[in-house]
Amino acid sequence: MATQRVKFTFLQQLITLPIIYELGKEFNVVTNIRRADVTEDRGWVVLELEGDMEEIERGLEWVAEKGVRVDPVQGDIVEG
Amino acid sequence: MSFATALRCRECKREFLLEAQYVCDFCFGPLEVAYDYDAMREAVSRDSIERGPTSMWRYADLLPCDAENAVDIQAGFTPLIRASRLGEELGIDTLYLKNDCANPTWSFKDRVVTVAATKAREFHFQTLACASTGNLANSVAAHAASAGLDAFVFIPSDLEQGKIVGSAIYSPTLVAVDGNYDDVNRLCSELAGKYPWAFVNVNMRPYYAEGSKTLGYEVAEQLGWRAPDHCVAPMASGSLYVKIWKGLQELGNLGLIDEPKTRMSGAQATGCSPIVTAWNAESPDIRPVRPQTIAKSLAIGNPADGYYALGVLGETGGHGVSADDDEIVEGMKLLARTEGVFAETAGGVVVAGLKKLAESGRIKKDEVTVAFITGAGLKTQEAVMDTLEPPLRIEPSIVSFEEALGERQPGVKAASA
Repeated sequence: MATQRVKFTFLQQLITLPIIYELGKEFNVVTNIRRADVTEDRGWVVLELEGDMEEIERGLEWVAEKGVRVDPVQGDIVEG
Repeated sequence: MSFATALRCRECKREFLLEAQYVCDFCFGPLEVAYDYDAMREAVSRDSIERGPTSMWRYADLLPCDAENAVDIQAGFTPLIRASRLGEELGIDTLYLKNDCANPTWSFKDRVVTVAATKAREFHFQTLACASTGNLANSVAAHAASAGLDAFVFIPSDLEQGKIVGSAIYSPTLVAVDGNYDDVNRLCSELAGKYPWAFVNVNMRPYYAEGSKTLGYEVAEQLGWRAPDHCVAPMASGSLYVKIWKGLQELGNLGLIDEPKTRMSGAQATGCSPIVTAWNAESPDIRPVRPQTIAKSLAIGNPADGYYALGVLGETGGHGVSADDDEIVEGMKLLARTEGVFAETAGGVVVAGLKKLAESGRIKKDEVTVAFITGAGLKTQEAVMDTLEPPLRIEPSIVSFEEALGERQPGVKAASA
C-alpha cells in the first residue's frame, strides 16, 4: 500500500461535482481530507490518498481529466 | 547561537522537531521555524549585531542555524543606496534602493541558500538541489561548490543564457526541463520524495525562507535602526515580501527598533500577477495563472505564500501593483539612467511599480521609502538588448568620430565645429 498527499484545486464549474466521492468509488483508493477551503466559486482540498500506487495514479489521472488541478502537497510553489 | 526551538505549522500551529521536514503531518500545512524570543532578546543587542561580520551572518542569532557551521560565501549586508535622482524623477523625497545585485551570485537568493545549505550540512546531506527560475540555480550551484556538496539544479528550458551560464560555471548537474517553473517545481517535489537530497526550496524550505528576513534587518540597521515608512518589494511566491515584514516585526519585538509601522507594497508582472489580481478584487482567493512575462524570476503562477502576502498587504496598508513587459523594460532603463544600477527584470517590475504608486499618490512624498532590487541585470540582458542604442561605429579618426557623433547628436557636432 502507498500513500500520496495531494492538493485538488477546483474551478467554479467543478465545485458542485462529487469528485472526491467518485474517486473513492471508481478506484480502489481511500480518500482522507486534511484541510480544505471551498467557497461558492472555487475551492481547494488537501487530502491523503491510500491504495496501490498504480491505482492512485489512475485515480489522479481521472481527476485531472475532469479539469481539477492536481498538485503534490510537497509542491507548494516557492520562488526560484 | 541559534534560538530556534521547533518547526511550527502555519495553519494548525502544531510543533515538530527541527528536522528536514516541511509539511505538517496532521493538516499538511506549511511549516516555519519557531524561536525562543525571550532568550533571543537577552542575547541580542544593536551592539552585538554591529560587532558581527559584514555579511548577513551578523544576524546569526536571529536565524535557525549557527554561524560557526555556515556555508558562507559572504551573502548579504548589501548597499542601501540613497536614490536622489530616481526619487526626484518620481516625486519621492527620501528614496532608497536595497541593492541585492551586490550579492556573491548577484541576487538575493544567496541569503536564503546560505541558510538552507548550512542546515543541509547540519543534517548531513551530501547533495544540494533546487527547482529554479535561474537566480536560485546560480546560488545553489555556488554554495554547493563552496561546501563541497554535489549539486542538482532543475530549470525551465527557456531560461535566459546568463542564468544558465551563471549556474554551469560551478559544475552542478544542470537539468533543463521542457516546461514552465511550476512544472519544474512539481517534478522536484516528486524527486524530493525519491532521492535523499536537500532540495533547498522543498524539504529545506522552512529554513531557507528565514534567510529573506535579513533584508528587513539590514534595511532597518542601515537606516540607523529604524523601519522605513514604505517598502516596495517584488512578489513571486510572496515569500520574500512576507519575510521582509517578518524581519522588521522581529526587530520591533526584540526592542532593537521602534514598533514598525511600515506600509508594505508588493509588485508583480502583469503577465503573472495572481496576488495583485486577488488584492485588486479584494478577494482572499489566489487563482493560479499560466505565467506570460519577461520577468521570469517572478513567473510563479501558483504562489505558495500568496495568501500570507495578501494578509501583509492588508495588515500594513500597502498596495499591490503590477507592470506589463514594456513598463518593466522602461523601469529597468529608468533605474539604470538615474541611479547607475542595472537590475534584472524583477527590478524593472519594482521600479515600474514604484512609479505607479508614486504617481497615484499611494506613496506619500515624505515617506522614507525603500525599493528592493533583488537581482542584477547582466543575467537578463535579452530583456533590454533590442531597446538600447547601438554603439557608434567609427574609423579610428577624429573626423569619423565627429561625423558619427553629429549624426547621433547634431547639437554636439555644432558645438565642436
